[in-house]
Amino acid sequence: MVQFTDVFKSYENGTKALRGVSFRIDDGEFAFLVGPSGSGKTTIIKLLTGEIAPTDGKITVNDYDLTNIKFSKMPYMRRTLGVVFQDYRLIEDKTVFENVAFAMRVVGASSKEIRRRVPYVLELVGLDTRTRRRPQELSGGEQQRVAIARALVNNPRLIIADEPTGNLDPARSLEIMMLLQKINELGTTVLVVTHEKELVESFSKRVIAIDGGKIISDGMGGYYNYER
Amino acid sequence: MRGNRFVYYVREGINSIFNHGFMSFASVCIIVACLIIMGSFTLLALNVDNMIDTMESENEIMAFVNSEYSRADAQAIQPYIESIDNVDTVRFVTREQAWDDFLDQYNDPSRLGDFGADILRDRYVVYVNDISKLADTRDAISQVSGIAATSVHLDVARGLVRFRNIVTIASLALVAILFVISLFIMSNTIKLTTFERRDEIAIMKMVGATSTFIRWPFVVQGLILGLLGSLISFVMEWGIYTLFSTKLMATSGLSFMTVIPFAAVSIPIFLAFTVVGLGVGVIGSLLAIRNYLKV
Repeated sequence: MVQFTDVFKSYENGTKALRGVSFRIDDGEFAFLVGPSGSGKTTIIKLLTGEIAPTDGKITVNDYDLTNIKFSKMPYMRRTLGVVFQDYRLIEDKTVFENVAFAMRVVGASSKEIRRRVPYVLELVGLDTRTRRRPQELSGGEQQRVAIARALVNNPRLIIADEPTGNLDPARSLEIMMLLQKINELGTTVLVVTHEKELVESFSKRVIAIDGGKIISDGMGGYYNYER
Repeated sequence: MRGNRFVYYVREGINSIFNHGFMSFASVCIIVACLIIMGSFTLLALNVDNMIDTMESENEIMAFVNSEYSRADAQAIQPYIESIDNVDTVRFVTREQAWDDFLDQYNDPSRLGDFGADILRDRYVVYVNDISKLADTRDAISQVSGIAATSVHLDVARGLVRFRNIVTIASLALVAILFVISLFIMSNTIKLTTFERRDEIAIMKMVGATSTFIRWPFVVQGLILGLLGSLISFVMEWGIYTLFSTKLMATSGLSFMTVIPFAAVSIPIFLAFTVVGLGVGVIGSLLAIRNYLKV
């Protein structure tokens, strides 16, 4: 569960990125966060992952109060999240299997657990035949699926996908969105941050629209009234 | 620490060393150079200290008894001299013994004519604990009733003490400066690794790795480089010191010098090198990685 309550965020250079943002995403939900560049989307992601702290307001993510969280507890909060980026952020000199296994290894999983869990997740994202390939040998869509597998492998409660289709053609974008929908149907909460109108409209899901650091609309697909 | 994690840390640490072979080599070389300079100055200070100890045991104050004192009165002074601070041992020498010693050193006693022991005075030979207080001790002895005059080689003592102080201060300053230089080089070597692996570190943070987990491979890298540097420098220091001391002892005119054998100080030197090497490695790596762990 994600809860933003009257959250403000100002940066040191004086930029007011968020101005009283409140929303709640319940467990098992699928939601889009949409808005133009500079609207505050990236700030929301950074706040959700604990990369930055709010100036004011309260943020709760998967039962962790990020307003008062100790630095030593941050890694354990992050283990409840899976993050997918537009640029995939894969380790170039590791194979597909190793990239996914790496996420398990750094949280202390045993080799036995890794050997059991990684093939399952790679099969789920349709990459079970590509396990020994390195990222540069894969297409953009396949690389994003590796990133999704890595985000998924530690069984997070929430997947945050930041412009996951930004580097992909429409067909591959649809595939990735279908995959995220499938993951959501298996019980994981999914938050997709995007500015691709057509993609959002092709799914009948909740859309939270933000502009100028404020929520301007929040509702099912029909409420997506942001235009720029 | 779980076994598989320990293996991971060590493997990652070793991989980083080989992936940045040149910088690793440079770090080890700098540690070796710094430790050899540190070690050489420490050994020099130890040897000067040892020479001063020897001088202290040999440097004596001659306290001459008033010639009007009887033998019994002269011997009665001894407890007063012994009670003076910094006095180690006191030996009474009669004028006859002193004359005999003089004759032993004199090549042609016949030229002394009719002179005899009566031209000398009874005296005390006083040995001190601390050569740097030689002048104060001499002054205190001069104040004892019945002591007519004193004689001491203050110049030699002062020269040695000054030299020891200079060597000690120079050694401490060099150790501090070289430690900082080693730390800087080590830290930069590991920074290079962390910079190359910054994306990997960011992913590790993102998926929930603890700071300890991220930090350990870099600490292991620093530990290995530091240990390697200290071992190489210990072996080199041993060789250089042995070679130098052998040549010094063989040089004519310097045979009066005593040089501490390396074996006598090898364990403390080894421990000091290891502690400094490991310290440089660990502190250097912690300095290098700290910026990446703030998020």
